[in-house]
Amino acid sequence: MITQTALEFIKRRIISGERLDDRRLDEYRKIKIERGTNVNAEGSASVKIGETHVIAGVKMQVGEPFKDTPDEGILITSAEFLPTSSSDIEPGPPGVDEIEVGRVIDRGIREGKVIDLKKLCLVEGEKVWIIFLDLYLINNAGNIYDAMALAAMSALLDAKIPKLDENYEIIEKEYEGKLPIQHKVLSLTAYKVGNVIFYDPNDKEEDVIEARLTVGVRDDGKIVSLQKSLDGSFTIKEIKEILVRQRDLALKMMKKYL
Amino acid sequence: MIKKTSSQKQDEKINSLSDITKIVYPGEIIYEGLDAIPGSGVYRRENKIISKTVGIVKKRGSVINVIPLNGIYLPKPGDYVIGEIIDIGVNFWLVDINSPYDGFLGIYDIADFIDKEVDISNIYDVGDLIYAKIFRVTKTKYINLTMKDPQAKKLHKGYVIEIPASKVPRVIGRGGSMIKVIKEKTQTRILVGQNGRIWIYGKNADVAAEAIMYVEENSLKKGLTDMVGKLIEEKLKS
Amino acid sequence: MTKKQKDEFVRIDGRKRDELRKPYIIEAGVISKADGSAMVQSGKTIVFAAVYGPRKVIPKHLEDQEKALLRVRYNMITFSVPDRKKPGPDKRSMEISKVIEHALRRVVFLEDYPRTAIDVYLEVVQADAGTRVAALTAASVALADAGIHMRDLLPAVAVGRVNGEIVLDLNKEEEDVENAVDLPFAYLPSTDEVVLLQMDGITDVDEIHEMIELAKKGCIEIYKLQKRALQRKYERYLINE
Repeated sequence: MITQTALEFIKRRIISGERLDDRRLDEYRKIKIERGTNVNAEGSASVKIGETHVIAGVKMQVGEPFKDTPDEGILITSAEFLPTSSSDIEPGPPGVDEIEVGRVIDRGIREGKVIDLKKLCLVEGEKVWIIFLDLYLINNAGNIYDAMALAAMSALLDAKIPKLDENYEIIEKEYEGKLPIQHKVLSLTAYKVGNVIFYDPNDKEEDVIEARLTVGVRDDGKIVSLQKSLDGSFTIKEIKEILVRQRDLALKMMKKYL
Repeated sequence: MIKKTSSQKQDEKINSLSDITKIVYPGEIIYEGLDAIPGSGVYRRENKIISKTVGIVKKRGSVINVIPLNGIYLPKPGDYVIGEIIDIGVNFWLVDINSPYDGFLGIYDIADFIDKEVDISNIYDVGDLIYAKIFRVTKTKYINLTMKDPQAKKLHKGYVIEIPASKVPRVIGRGGSMIKVIKEKTQTRILVGQNGRIWIYGKNADVAAEAIMYVEENSLKKGLTDMVGKLIEEKLKS
Repeated sequence: MTKKQKDEFVRIDGRKRDELRKPYIIEAGVISKADGSAMVQSGKTIVFAAVYGPRKVIPKHLEDQEKALLRVRYNMITFSVPDRKKPGPDKRSMEISKVIEHALRRVVFLEDYPRTAIDVYLEVVQADAGTRVAALTAASVALADAGIHMRDLLPAVAVGRVNGEIVLDLNKEEEDVENAVDLPFAYLPSTDEVVLLQMDGITDVDEIHEMIELAKKGCIEIYKLQKRALQRKYERYLINE
């Protein structure tokens, strides 16, 4: 707990453009991404932005398609903040923040048509591939949204499709090709305090954030999802500026990290 | 050759413990012999004194302590702490002191005579910050605070930052050397609570706060006092 | 079997009978937000431990006036195992949490922190057998990293019998061998105390004696690695005297 007045101190530093760790307003901490980190997953990734640490895993199972999409595979995304990640997380069913981040990441991937779900149909109306994309927050040192987005996309890019026998049972440790990825999507978040828009807050800075805008950008420059969070607000001018910024930043980051 | 008495030899043996900047770990045997007394951070097994925690050995007389390098604030009588009023009772306040243990400030711990009609929230209200002294800690760690001390006061202006309590000795420095440098170079008033809370007031309060956070992050490095001095000079220029 | 034959015994993965898996890594302070943390990797098994506390007990009426509540949660993430595990606690993880908690009770000075709670969160990120002993090993380092008073560091390791041979630190392949015996073991070398002991399989008294002796050796080795992990974190800036 930091007192009210100490929070003002942090706010002042951000608004003056001189952050505590000497970063620029749009500067990210060191980003470290590793793929294939989990041998028991079909695809996996570990992402660190500064000390914030997220791991993602893709597990695939054969199951029944939804009735209204009998020829499509199914993607199920879920996010969990492990109780290791901060002092205010207790073990238990997902809270509303976890559900929100899972859905925002999922929306970007789904609307952006990252995976060609039709290619995941095995027997129309009966058997399709179900993709479980599970995201875990291990350490919350700020900006978990971007870490989750990078981890999700990296894990999907890493994922391989298991080989099946004649009874559609998975043959362990044998694969046939990678997940049919047709686009990359990266959801990046802009943060606001006072009149200042900035990026990649660390955990001290997250305490003063008034509003958040997550923009899902596809590798062809299209915007595929938007989510505004927290009880502050953005002006229309700010939103327009953020959209352009985020699109360019996301394209750059996708080239560099994905 | 001067012959040493056995008690002199024992003193030397205990004294030599503090000469080494050696970090000890839980389970590590620090001293063997029944002539030393286990203080804080250690326990005795048979004739051995063993560390309970990751820390540095410090002896006071024949008492052997281990000062922890990490861990929560454990309130001790005589400590000055910065607390935040979190609740008001009929004739007492409950004070958060950055510890799993809250402090209890009774109405007669602030003055000897209080008008019965007074609404005590007019004296200290929820959210107020005070610099108080711990005068009693019970076995089950109920904490009694007092404001009846010349140094105790309510903190109006300025602001309070928080660092881990285990880093406070480093912020104060040997003989107060570190905090002196920060105060003088930034021309600020600073009160350091043993509980890791630090009150800062002055024109360059922000620079002082940054200097303190710098000490927190680099606490294990050598030559820190000079590094902090340089940091303050740089920040003051800009 | 001659002594020479015994010494030349090689396991499925090429190890000698008393070798820990490679890599065997312990790191302290890996989760910055936690009061104390550690990661233990033994071969393909990877476990994170985070400690929060001592902290206030909520609701207050659950407080123990004499000592801290020790709450341990062992959990496996969905993709830690080849068959995706449904999220949430199951009977196995609850039993393991309890067994680890009882082991830690013997080393933590809970009475130094009355009316508080110490939370230990153990997350198995990748499982290849030996997860509970890796978790306990990590928990001990994380508690020390948090500055919580302990009698000593607590090492843990699993031993067993695979194809008739007594071996240290079984991996999943060895554990799955028919008629294998698996024996998790946690031990305080300085006071000769066994604080965790379980066994799955069919064996006899002599074999258990042999397994325990091997487990003891393994624990002594892991104890050194635990201490070294803490030293690497806390002595990073000390110039060697």
